[in-house]
Amino acid sequence: MIETEGLKFAYTGSSEVLRGIDLIINDGEFAAIMGENGAGKTTLVKTFNGLLMPSAGRVKVDDVDTHDSSVARLSRDVGLVFQNPDHQLFSETVREELAFSLRNFGYREDTIERRVAAILETLDLARYAESSPFVLSGGERKRVALAAVLVWNPKHIILDEPTIGQDYQQKDRLRNFIIQLNAQGKTVIIITHDVEFVAECKPRIILLSKGLVIGDRPAEDLLTDGALLDRASLTRPQVGMLMHQLKDYGLPERAIDVYSAEQAILHALAREE
Amino acid sequence: MLGTLHSRGAARGCKDLSIIQANHLTFTYTGASKPSIQDISIGVTPGEFVVLTGPSGCGKTTICRCLNGLIPNFYSGDFNGDLIVDGMNVKEHTTAELASHVGMVFQNPENQLFSLSVERDVAFGPENLGLSREDTRKRVDWALDVTGIAHLKDKPPYELSGGQQQRAAIAAVLAMQPKVMILDEPTSFLDPKSALEILEVISDLNKKLGITIVLVEHRLDIVSSHANRVIVMDGGQIVLDGTPRDVYGEHARLIGIGLPRVTMLFNLLQKDGLKFPQTPTTVDEAVDVLRKMLSR
Repeated sequence: MIETEGLKFAYTGSSEVLRGIDLIINDGEFAAIMGENGAGKTTLVKTFNGLLMPSAGRVKVDDVDTHDSSVARLSRDVGLVFQNPDHQLFSETVREELAFSLRNFGYREDTIERRVAAILETLDLARYAESSPFVLSGGERKRVALAAVLVWNPKHIILDEPTIGQDYQQKDRLRNFIIQLNAQGKTVIIITHDVEFVAECKPRIILLSKGLVIGDRPAEDLLTDGALLDRASLTRPQVGMLMHQLKDYGLPERAIDVYSAEQAILHALAREE
Repeated sequence: MLGTLHSRGAARGCKDLSIIQANHLTFTYTGASKPSIQDISIGVTPGEFVVLTGPSGCGKTTICRCLNGLIPNFYSGDFNGDLIVDGMNVKEHTTAELASHVGMVFQNPENQLFSLSVERDVAFGPENLGLSREDTRKRVDWALDVTGIAHLKDKPPYELSGGQQQRAAIAAVLAMQPKVMILDEPTSFLDPKSALEILEVISDLNKKLGITIVLVEHRLDIVSSHANRVIVMDGGQIVLDGTPRDVYGEHARLIGIGLPRVTMLFNLLQKDGLKFPQTPTTVDEAVDVLRKMLSR
């Protein structure tokens, strides 16, 4: 469980980025943190693994105050995948990159080999195992960064903007993969602007604006609240826009993904006849 | 100033009228086992708004690097065929020479801005062209005005929001008065509202100033209403090329292109046996079609 109480944070010499955040994210939850550029999303998750310490209030991970732990210790349980893979990757080959943390944690070589092979396969990276991460495309490097964290099997996984630069098929894979991780009991937290991705995954949405939580509801509720979305510089997903404009024709605004919209339209047309 | 409004979408592929003309363009990065782009032949007429899309690693970024001369000037490799942009063969001109013809905007504006004020950033290009102070001043004011950030000119770029930074990056490119602008996923770091605003700015450059736009984007949902041409690449080659409606057929789905969600929805409804005159590619078109069906 990740818990924050009255969490405030300011970078030295700047005004407060987080202005009092109270949140509980339970084990096994799937949550998306959304909000405008500069709302404090990345700052918030950096307090979850101790990279940043609160200026006021506190953060507890599995009942341990982050003040009483260390980044090294917290990272075993809280895997944070950065938005920019270049802030994270450094090894000569993708295989070495993935093995690095496992060696640090003291795993046996045969276990390392097995785990690395499995994660390469899962994230469609096997053919790049012996390539340098730096010759890969932006989207591919992002998947390497994700693999490098998932390989040590943290209990809570945080992905900062995982869909940027990913094509449709990769996003689809990512969505299935997140659902699978979540089904295995992992807590999955994503930071994202991608309203289409969220409309398809339907996580709990924690909406941040100017350092405060301004909404915390299921995707179908939050992505249909025009006024709230506007405050956080978000838009409805495309299908949501369509349903919203047709609500006077009896179509449900909550049908925010393609498949539920399909059913709603068929239903409405059947009613007409 | 860039006052001319070019006719859109005319005479596609005709060599004399093209502002971008690629003939059998193939490029292999040094050390790579196969070409990143292979036998690309296209013509783009002045004033077109082209969306370039395709799966990761399909060669989109490589084409962009060719268009502004980064390839072959900065990236080493095997360059074959010809690429003429605004009358200049990219093999025969430096990136600096090409910069006042082809502007390039990247994903992350932070990588493109470096000065202590927005105004300094926008003035950098024209000053390097050797323009007079007065001409530089005029261009900077104009570029800031067109992109809607004149009120931010004294701010340091790092104090701006992501959307404002991307406007500043576009203004800096615009101040070079290029006839072509290449934008490589320029909205992917922005929140959705800022992304739509940036697309409006880009659309205005195209409609009001006649600047030819080549926009690389995966998210066809948000660009389809602006584009008059969509080029789909796969495995280093062009596999589809036409209007959004022409392209968003079955083939595009099969190679993993994320069609606009409304188009996907109507493809599903069609499979369910519903009939409509044409498949919508934008929300507005979809609203029209469904209104008619639901009020019958």
